Amino acid sequence: MKGRMVVGAALLGASAICFAAADGSWLKKVPQADRARVNPYAGQPEAAAAGENLFHNNCAKCHGADAQGKGSRPSLKSERLAAASDGEIAWIIKNGQAFKGMPSWGGLPEQMRWQLVTYIRSLNPPANAAGSGGQK
Amino acid sequence: MHASLRSRAGHFYVRAAVLLVLCWIAAKRAEAQQEPPYFVTYSSVMEEPGNLEIENQNLTAAPKNARAFFAPTVEFEYGATAWWTTEFYLQGQATQFDSAIFTGFRWENRFRPLPREYWINPVIYVEYEDVNAGDKSYLEITGNTSIDRLSIPNAALRKEVERSLEGKLILSSNFKGWNLSENIISEKAVNENESWEFGYAVATSRPLALKASAKECTFCLQNFSAGAELFGGLGTRYHFGIRQTEQYLGPTFALNTPRGFTYKFSPEFGLNDNSAAMLWRFGVSYEISQFRDWFRRTK
Repeated sequence: MKGRMVVGAALLGASAICFAAADGSWLKKVPQADRARVNPYAGQPEAAAAGENLFHNNCAKCHGADAQGKGSRPSLKSERLAAASDGEIAWIIKNGQAFKGMPSWGGLPEQMRWQLVTYIRSLNPPANAAGSGGQK
Repeated sequence: MHASLRSRAGHFYVRAAVLLVLCWIAAKRAEAQQEPPYFVTYSSVMEEPGNLEIENQNLTAAPKNARAFFAPTVEFEYGATAWWTTEFYLQGQATQFDSAIFTGFRWENRFRPLPREYWINPVIYVEYEDVNAGDKSYLEITGNTSIDRLSIPNAALRKEVERSLEGKLILSSNFKGWNLSENIISEKAVNENESWEFGYAVATSRPLALKASAKECTFCLQNFSAGAELFGGLGTRYHFGIRQTEQYLGPTFALNTPRGFTYKFSPEFGLNDNSAAMLWRFGVSYEISQFRDWFRRTK
Protein backbone atom coordinates (compact mmCIF):
# COMPACT_ATOMS: atom_id res chain seq x y z
CA MET A 1 0.00 0.00 0.00
CA LYS A 2 2.80 2.35 1.01
CA GLY A 3 4.70 1.39 -2.17
CA ARG A 4 1.69 2.26 -4.33
CA MET A 5 1.38 5.63 -2.66
CA VAL A 6 5.05 6.36 -3.34
CA VAL A 7 4.66 5.37 -7.02
CA GLY A 8 1.48 7.49 -7.23
CA ALA A 9 3.22 10.48 -5.69
CA ALA A 10 6.17 10.06 -8.08
CA LEU A 11 3.84 9.92 -11.10
CA LEU A 12 1.96 12.98 -9.87
CA GLY A 13 5.26 14.83 -9.39
CA ALA A 14 6.48 13.84 -12.88
CA SER A 15 3.21 15.03 -14.46
CA ALA A 16 3.45 18.29 -12.55
CA ILE A 17 6.98 18.83 -13.90
CA CYS A 18 5.87 18.07 -17.47
CA PHE A 19 2.93 20.42 -17.10
CA ALA A 20 5.16 23.11 -15.62
CA ALA A 21 7.57 22.73 -18.55
CA ALA A 22 4.87 23.72 -20.99
CA ASP A 23 3.08 26.32 -18.90
CA GLY A 24 5.06 29.28 -20.18
CA SER A 25 6.27 30.24 -16.70
CA TRP A 26 9.67 30.95 -18.26
CA LEU A 27 8.22 34.10 -19.82
CA LYS A 28 8.16 35.73 -16.38
CA LYS A 29 11.89 35.11 -15.93
CA VAL A 30 13.02 36.94 -19.07
CA PRO A 31 14.87 40.14 -18.09
CA GLN A 32 13.45 43.34 -19.58
CA ALA A 33 16.62 44.03 -21.58
CA ASP A 34 16.41 40.60 -23.27
CA ARG A 35 12.68 40.94 -23.82
CA ALA A 36 13.24 44.13 -25.82
CA ARG A 37 16.04 42.80 -28.02
CA VAL A 38 15.47 43.18 -31.75
CA ASN A 39 15.97 40.31 -34.19
CA PRO A 40 18.46 41.53 -36.83
CA TYR A 41 17.00 39.05 -39.33
CA ALA A 42 13.31 39.71 -38.64
CA GLY A 43 11.18 39.03 -41.70
CA GLN A 44 14.08 37.84 -43.88
CA PRO A 45 13.00 34.70 -45.80
CA GLU A 46 16.61 33.53 -46.20
CA ALA A 47 17.17 33.69 -42.45
CA ALA A 48 13.92 31.76 -41.91
CA ALA A 49 15.13 29.08 -44.37
CA ALA A 50 18.48 28.83 -42.54
CA GLY A 51 16.58 28.73 -39.25
CA GLU A 52 14.46 25.89 -40.59
CA ASN A 53 17.61 23.87 -41.35
CA LEU A 54 18.91 24.59 -37.86
CA PHE A 55 15.56 23.61 -36.41
CA HIS A 56 15.56 20.27 -38.23
CA ASN A 57 19.15 19.54 -37.20
CA ASN A 58 18.90 20.57 -33.56
CA CYS A 59 15.33 21.00 -32.33
CA ALA A 60 13.08 18.66 -34.32
CA LYS A 61 14.25 15.60 -32.38
CA CYS A 62 12.33 16.90 -29.34
CA HIS A 63 9.74 19.30 -30.76
CA GLY A 64 8.88 17.18 -33.83
CA ALA A 65 9.67 17.78 -37.50
CA ASP A 66 6.48 19.81 -37.82
CA ALA A 67 7.18 21.69 -34.54
CA GLN A 68 3.91 20.35 -33.12
CA GLY A 69 5.63 18.84 -30.08
CA LYS A 70 6.27 15.25 -29.06
CA GLY A 71 4.84 13.70 -25.90
CA SER A 72 5.47 16.09 -23.03
CA ARG A 73 7.72 18.30 -25.18
CA PRO A 74 5.73 21.35 -26.16
CA SER A 75 4.55 22.46 -29.58
CA LEU A 76 6.28 25.51 -30.99
CA LYS A 77 3.13 26.59 -32.77
CA SER A 78 1.14 28.25 -30.07
CA GLU A 79 -0.68 31.42 -29.15
CA ARG A 80 1.85 31.94 -26.37
CA LEU A 81 4.75 32.00 -28.82
CA ALA A 82 2.79 34.19 -31.22
CA ALA A 83 2.38 36.67 -28.36
CA ALA A 84 6.01 36.41 -27.20
CA SER A 85 8.56 38.91 -28.47
CA ASP A 86 11.56 37.81 -30.56
CA GLY A 87 13.75 38.69 -27.59
CA GLU A 88 11.81 36.33 -25.35
CA ILE A 89 12.12 33.47 -27.84
CA ALA A 90 15.85 34.18 -28.22
CA TRP A 91 16.20 34.11 -24.42
CA ILE A 92 14.61 30.68 -24.00
CA ILE A 93 16.74 29.23 -26.81
CA LYS A 94 19.93 30.60 -25.25
CA ASN A 95 19.17 29.72 -21.62
CA GLY A 96 16.88 26.73 -21.90
CA GLN A 97 15.13 25.43 -18.81
CA ALA A 98 17.52 22.79 -17.60
CA PHE A 99 15.37 21.66 -14.68
CA LYS A 100 12.30 21.34 -16.88
CA GLY A 101 13.89 19.42 -19.76
CA MET A 102 14.91 22.16 -22.20
CA PRO A 103 18.69 22.27 -22.70
CA SER A 104 20.61 25.50 -23.12
CA TRP A 105 21.66 26.38 -26.67
CA GLY A 106 24.09 29.07 -25.57
CA GLY A 107 26.87 27.24 -27.42
CA LEU A 108 25.17 27.91 -30.74
CA PRO A 109 26.44 31.21 -32.22
CA GLU A 110 24.11 34.14 -31.59
CA GLN A 111 23.48 34.69 -35.31
CA MET A 112 22.24 31.12 -35.65
CA ARG A 113 19.97 31.58 -32.64
CA TRP A 114 18.42 34.64 -34.30
CA GLN A 115 17.93 32.63 -37.51
CA LEU A 116 16.07 30.07 -35.40
CA VAL A 117 13.94 32.84 -33.90
CA THR A 118 13.11 34.03 -37.42
CA TYR A 119 11.94 30.53 -38.34
CA ILE A 120 9.91 30.09 -35.15
CA ARG A 121 8.36 33.51 -35.73
CA SER A 122 7.39 32.39 -39.25
CA LEU A 123 5.48 29.50 -37.62
CA ASN A 124 3.81 31.91 -35.19
CA PRO A 125 3.05 35.12 -37.01
CA PRO A 126 2.08 37.77 -34.47
CA ALA A 127 -1.54 38.94 -34.50
CA ASN A 128 -0.21 42.48 -34.76
CA ALA A 129 2.70 42.93 -37.22
CA ALA A 130 4.39 45.24 -34.72
CA GLY A 131 4.72 42.25 -32.40
CA SER A 132 7.86 41.02 -34.14
CA GLY A 133 11.19 42.71 -33.70
CA GLY A 134 11.02 42.80 -29.95
CA GLN A 135 7.98 45.00 -29.43
CA LYS A 136 5.04 43.60 -27.51
CA MET B 1 42.63 -21.53 -38.03
CA HIS B 2 43.39 -18.50 -40.17
CA ALA B 3 40.26 -19.11 -42.24
CA SER B 4 38.20 -19.30 -39.05
CA LEU B 5 39.67 -16.02 -37.79
CA ARG B 6 39.02 -14.37 -41.14
CA SER B 7 35.45 -15.63 -41.09
CA ARG B 8 34.91 -14.29 -37.55
CA ALA B 9 36.39 -10.93 -38.52
CA GLY B 10 34.12 -10.91 -41.58
CA HIS B 11 31.04 -11.51 -39.42
CA PHE B 12 32.11 -8.72 -37.06
CA TYR B 13 32.43 -6.22 -39.90
CA VAL B 14 29.08 -7.27 -41.41
CA ARG B 15 27.37 -6.83 -38.00
CA ALA B 16 29.07 -3.49 -37.45
CA ALA B 17 28.00 -2.31 -40.91
CA VAL B 18 24.38 -3.44 -40.31
CA LEU B 19 24.35 -1.63 -36.95
CA LEU B 20 25.67 1.56 -38.52
CA VAL B 21 23.08 1.43 -41.31
CA LEU B 22 20.30 0.87 -38.73
CA CYS B 23 21.50 3.84 -36.70
CA TRP B 24 21.66 5.94 -39.85
CA ILE B 25 18.07 5.06 -40.74
CA ALA B 26 16.85 5.54 -37.17
CA ALA B 27 18.05 9.11 -36.91
CA LYS B 28 18.45 10.81 -40.25
CA ARG B 29 19.24 14.19 -38.78
CA ALA B 30 20.69 14.23 -35.34
CA GLU B 31 23.56 16.58 -35.01
CA ALA B 32 24.25 19.11 -32.29
CA GLN B 33 26.05 22.00 -33.92
CA GLN B 34 27.05 23.62 -30.67
CA GLU B 35 29.47 20.98 -29.43
CA PRO B 36 33.09 22.22 -29.58
CA PRO B 37 35.76 20.08 -31.30
CA TYR B 38 37.68 19.08 -28.18
CA PHE B 39 39.16 15.68 -27.33
CA VAL B 40 40.31 16.25 -23.75
CA THR B 41 38.61 19.43 -22.57
CA TYR B 42 34.96 19.47 -21.58
CA SER B 43 32.71 22.45 -22.23
CA SER B 44 29.36 23.19 -20.59
CA VAL B 45 27.51 21.61 -23.53
CA MET B 46 25.57 18.60 -22.25
CA GLU B 47 24.10 15.76 -24.24
CA GLU B 48 20.49 16.61 -25.05
CA PRO B 49 18.01 14.69 -22.89
CA GLY B 50 17.16 11.30 -24.35
CA ASN B 51 19.96 11.32 -26.93
CA LEU B 52 22.67 8.68 -27.07
CA GLU B 53 25.99 9.54 -28.66
CA ILE B 54 28.37 6.75 -29.60
CA GLU B 55 31.92 7.86 -30.20
CA ASN B 56 35.03 6.08 -31.31
CA GLN B 57 38.04 8.12 -30.33
CA ASN B 58 41.52 6.99 -31.35
CA LEU B 59 45.01 8.06 -30.52
CA THR B 60 48.25 6.96 -32.13
CA ALA B 61 51.84 7.94 -31.48
CA ALA B 62 55.39 6.75 -32.04
CA PRO B 63 57.26 8.12 -29.03
CA LYS B 64 61.04 8.26 -28.86
CA ASN B 65 62.58 5.19 -27.15
CA ALA B 66 59.22 3.40 -27.08
CA ARG B 67 57.13 1.36 -29.47
CA ALA B 68 54.41 2.92 -31.57
CA PHE B 69 50.91 2.34 -30.24
CA PHE B 70 47.27 2.76 -31.13
CA ALA B 71 44.73 3.41 -28.38
CA PRO B 72 41.02 3.28 -29.26
CA THR B 73 38.26 4.33 -26.86
CA VAL B 74 34.55 3.74 -27.32
CA GLU B 75 32.22 6.13 -25.52
CA PHE B 76 28.49 5.91 -24.89
CA GLU B 77 27.18 9.30 -23.82
CA TYR B 78 23.57 9.65 -22.74
CA GLY B 79 21.60 12.74 -21.85
CA ALA B 80 19.70 11.64 -18.74
CA THR B 81 18.23 15.12 -18.26
CA ALA B 82 19.04 18.60 -19.54
CA TRP B 83 21.32 19.07 -16.50
CA TRP B 84 22.81 15.56 -16.18
CA THR B 85 24.84 13.66 -18.75
CA THR B 86 26.22 10.21 -18.07
CA GLU B 87 28.94 8.49 -20.08
CA PHE B 88 30.53 5.05 -20.16
CA TYR B 89 33.93 4.35 -21.73
CA LEU B 90 35.64 1.15 -22.81
CA GLN B 91 39.26 1.44 -23.77
CA GLY B 92 42.19 -0.57 -25.03
CA GLN B 93 45.48 -0.26 -26.82
CA ALA B 94 47.71 -2.13 -29.25
CA THR B 95 51.47 -1.68 -29.10
CA GLN B 96 53.76 -2.50 -32.01
CA PHE B 97 55.76 -5.75 -31.54
CA ASP B 98 53.97 -6.30 -28.22
CA SER B 99 50.24 -7.04 -27.80
CA ALA B 100 46.73 -5.62 -27.85
CA ILE B 101 45.04 -5.33 -24.47
CA PHE B 102 41.83 -4.09 -22.91
CA THR B 103 42.86 -1.39 -20.46
CA GLY B 104 39.67 -0.72 -18.53
CA PHE B 105 36.48 1.27 -18.23
CA ARG B 106 35.31 4.61 -16.92
CA TRP B 107 31.93 5.88 -15.86
CA GLU B 108 31.49 9.60 -15.70
CA ASN B 109 28.66 11.94 -14.80
CA ARG B 110 28.41 15.64 -15.52
CA PHE B 111 26.02 17.95 -13.69
CA ARG B 112 25.13 21.46 -14.68
CA PRO B 113 24.13 23.18 -11.43
CA LEU B 114 22.95 26.56 -12.73
CA PRO B 115 19.72 26.89 -14.67
CA ARG B 116 20.79 29.64 -17.09
CA GLU B 117 23.66 30.79 -19.27
CA TYR B 118 26.17 33.05 -17.55
CA TRP B 119 29.51 34.56 -18.55
CA ILE B 120 31.11 31.50 -16.99
CA ASN B 121 29.06 28.30 -16.89
CA PRO B 122 30.21 25.72 -14.35
CA VAL B 123 29.73 21.97 -14.68
CA ILE B 124 30.58 19.45 -11.98
CA TYR B 125 32.16 16.24 -13.22
CA VAL B 126 32.49 13.02 -11.21
CA GLU B 127 34.11 9.87 -12.61
CA TYR B 128 34.93 6.37 -11.42
CA GLU B 129 37.65 4.63 -13.38
CA ASP B 130 39.02 1.11 -13.32
CA VAL B 131 41.99 1.31 -15.63
CA ASN B 132 45.29 -0.54 -15.73
CA ALA B 133 48.69 1.06 -16.23
CA GLY B 134 48.62 0.07 -19.90
CA ASP B 135 46.17 2.89 -20.59
CA LYS B 136 47.52 5.11 -23.37
CA SER B 137 44.30 6.92 -24.22
CA TYR B 138 45.41 10.32 -22.87
CA LEU B 139 41.82 11.21 -22.01
CA GLU B 140 43.41 13.39 -19.36
CA ILE B 141 46.77 13.68 -17.63
CA THR B 142 47.02 13.81 -13.86
CA GLY B 143 49.92 13.56 -11.42
CA ASN B 144 53.52 13.17 -12.53
CA THR B 145 53.71 11.15 -15.73
CA SER B 146 56.35 10.68 -18.38
CA ILE B 147 56.70 8.87 -21.72
CA ASP B 148 59.17 6.50 -20.02
CA ARG B 149 56.15 4.42 -18.96
CA LEU B 150 55.35 3.79 -22.64
CA SER B 151 58.45 1.61 -23.02
CA ILE B 152 57.26 -0.93 -20.40
CA PRO B 153 55.77 -4.13 -21.94
CA ASN B 154 51.99 -4.53 -21.83
CA ALA B 155 52.29 -7.80 -19.85
CA ALA B 156 53.77 -5.86 -16.93
CA LEU B 157 51.54 -2.79 -17.30
CA ARG B 158 48.25 -4.68 -17.31
CA LYS B 159 48.98 -6.17 -13.87
CA GLU B 160 48.87 -2.79 -12.22
CA VAL B 161 45.21 -1.77 -11.96
CA GLU B 162 44.20 1.56 -10.50
CA ARG B 163 40.68 2.27 -9.34
CA SER B 164 40.17 5.93 -8.76
CA LEU B 165 37.67 8.70 -8.32
CA GLU B 166 38.15 11.78 -10.37
CA GLY B 167 36.54 15.17 -10.06
CA LYS B 168 36.64 18.05 -12.50
CA LEU B 169 35.46 21.58 -12.31
CA ILE B 170 34.49 22.54 -15.84
CA LEU B 171 34.18 26.24 -16.61
CA SER B 172 32.96 27.32 -20.01
CA SER B 173 32.17 30.64 -21.67
CA ASN B 174 30.63 31.55 -25.02
CA PHE B 175 31.29 34.91 -26.58
CA LYS B 176 30.70 36.04 -30.17
CA GLY B 177 30.82 32.47 -31.46
CA TRP B 178 33.97 31.59 -29.49
CA ASN B 179 33.97 28.98 -26.77
CA LEU B 180 36.58 29.05 -24.03
CA SER B 181 36.65 26.12 -21.62
CA GLU B 182 38.86 25.36 -18.66
CA ASN B 183 38.97 22.11 -16.68
CA ILE B 184 40.62 21.68 -13.31
CA ILE B 185 41.14 18.00 -12.55
CA SER B 186 41.80 16.14 -9.30
CA GLU B 187 42.09 12.38 -8.91
CA LYS B 188 42.46 10.01 -5.97
CA ALA B 189 43.17 6.30 -6.17
CA VAL B 190 40.83 4.28 -3.99
CA ASN B 191 42.72 0.97 -4.09
CA GLU B 192 46.20 2.36 -3.46
CA ASN B 193 47.73 4.68 -0.93
CA GLU B 194 48.56 7.45 -3.37
CA SER B 195 48.31 11.18 -2.87
CA TRP B 196 45.88 13.43 -4.72
CA GLU B 197 46.88 14.03 -8.33
CA PHE B 198 46.04 17.09 -10.36
CA GLY B 199 45.77 18.12 -13.99
CA TYR B 200 44.26 20.72 -16.26
CA ALA B 201 42.91 21.24 -19.76
CA VAL B 202 42.15 24.50 -21.55
CA ALA B 203 40.67 24.92 -25.01
CA THR B 204 39.11 27.45 -27.29
CA SER B 205 37.23 27.06 -30.57
CA ARG B 206 34.90 28.71 -33.02
CA PRO B 207 32.74 27.54 -35.93
CA LEU B 208 34.14 28.71 -39.28
CA ALA B 209 30.87 30.54 -39.99
CA LEU B 210 28.52 32.04 -37.45
CA LYS B 211 25.49 32.17 -39.73
CA ALA B 212 23.80 29.06 -41.05
CA SER B 213 23.30 28.61 -44.77
CA ALA B 214 19.77 28.67 -46.18
CA LYS B 215 20.59 25.48 -48.09
CA GLU B 216 21.11 22.18 -46.36
CA CYS B 217 24.69 21.14 -46.99
CA THR B 218 27.38 18.93 -45.54
CA PHE B 219 30.50 20.92 -46.32
CA CYS B 220 29.22 24.43 -45.52
CA LEU B 221 31.57 26.48 -43.36
CA GLN B 222 29.11 26.50 -40.46
CA ASN B 223 29.57 22.72 -40.09
CA PHE B 224 33.32 23.07 -39.53
CA SER B 225 34.87 24.27 -36.31
CA ALA B 226 38.47 24.77 -35.35
CA GLY B 227 40.31 25.57 -32.17
CA ALA B 228 43.26 24.75 -29.96
CA GLU B 229 43.69 22.60 -26.91
CA LEU B 230 46.32 22.67 -24.14
CA PHE B 231 46.43 20.00 -21.45
CA GLY B 232 48.78 18.35 -19.01
CA GLY B 233 49.46 17.24 -15.47
CA LEU B 234 49.90 19.45 -12.45
CA GLY B 235 51.73 16.92 -10.27
CA THR B 236 50.57 15.66 -6.92
CA ARG B 237 49.71 17.15 -3.58
CA TYR B 238 53.37 16.85 -2.54
CA HIS B 239 55.03 17.61 -5.90
CA PHE B 240 52.81 20.23 -7.46
CA GLY B 241 53.80 21.83 -10.76
CA ILE B 242 54.09 21.30 -14.50
CA ARG B 243 57.77 20.36 -14.82
CA GLN B 244 57.66 16.64 -13.99
CA THR B 245 54.61 15.90 -16.14
CA GLU B 246 53.52 15.60 -19.75
CA GLN B 247 52.20 18.72 -21.47
CA TYR B 248 50.57 18.93 -24.91
CA LEU B 249 49.29 21.67 -27.18
CA GLY B 250 47.65 21.35 -30.57
CA PRO B 251 45.04 22.56 -33.01
CA THR B 252 41.76 20.69 -33.24
CA PHE B 253 39.21 20.45 -36.04
CA ALA B 254 35.70 19.04 -36.39
CA LEU B 255 33.10 18.52 -39.06
CA ASN B 256 29.47 18.13 -37.92
CA THR B 257 27.54 16.58 -40.77
CA PRO B 258 23.79 17.12 -40.98
CA ARG B 259 23.34 13.32 -40.89
CA GLY B 260 24.37 12.89 -37.30
CA PHE B 261 28.06 12.09 -37.75
CA THR B 262 30.82 14.23 -36.32
CA TYR B 263 34.44 13.80 -37.36
CA LYS B 264 37.27 15.20 -35.26
CA PHE B 265 41.00 15.44 -35.77
CA SER B 266 43.87 16.84 -33.75
CA PRO B 267 47.65 16.67 -33.91
CA GLU B 268 49.08 17.44 -30.47
CA PHE B 269 52.66 18.50 -29.81
CA GLY B 270 54.60 17.59 -26.68
CA LEU B 271 55.88 20.67 -24.89
CA ASN B 272 58.62 19.17 -22.72
CA ASP B 273 61.00 16.21 -22.47
CA ASN B 274 58.47 14.18 -20.50
CA SER B 275 56.04 14.31 -23.41
CA ALA B 276 55.86 12.39 -26.68
CA ALA B 277 56.85 14.62 -29.60
CA MET B 278 53.49 14.10 -31.26
CA LEU B 279 50.11 12.54 -30.56
CA TRP B 280 47.66 12.05 -33.40
CA ARG B 281 43.99 11.89 -32.52
CA PHE B 282 40.97 11.25 -34.66
CA GLY B 283 37.44 10.39 -33.75
CA VAL B 284 34.02 9.80 -35.20
CA SER B 285 30.79 10.04 -33.29
CA TYR B 286 27.19 9.38 -34.08
CA GLU B 287 24.23 10.73 -32.19
CA ILE B 288 21.05 8.66 -31.97
CA SER B 289 18.35 11.20 -31.39
CA GLN B 290 15.75 10.49 -28.73
CA PHE B 291 17.11 7.03 -28.02
CA ARG B 292 14.84 6.76 -24.98
CA ASP B 293 11.75 7.00 -27.21
CA TRP B 294 12.66 3.53 -28.47
CA PHE B 295 11.57 2.27 -25.04
CA ARG B 296 8.45 4.39 -24.64
CA ARG B 297 4.97 3.43 -25.68
CA THR B 298 3.94 7.01 -26.41
CA LYS B 299 6.49 8.94 -28.44
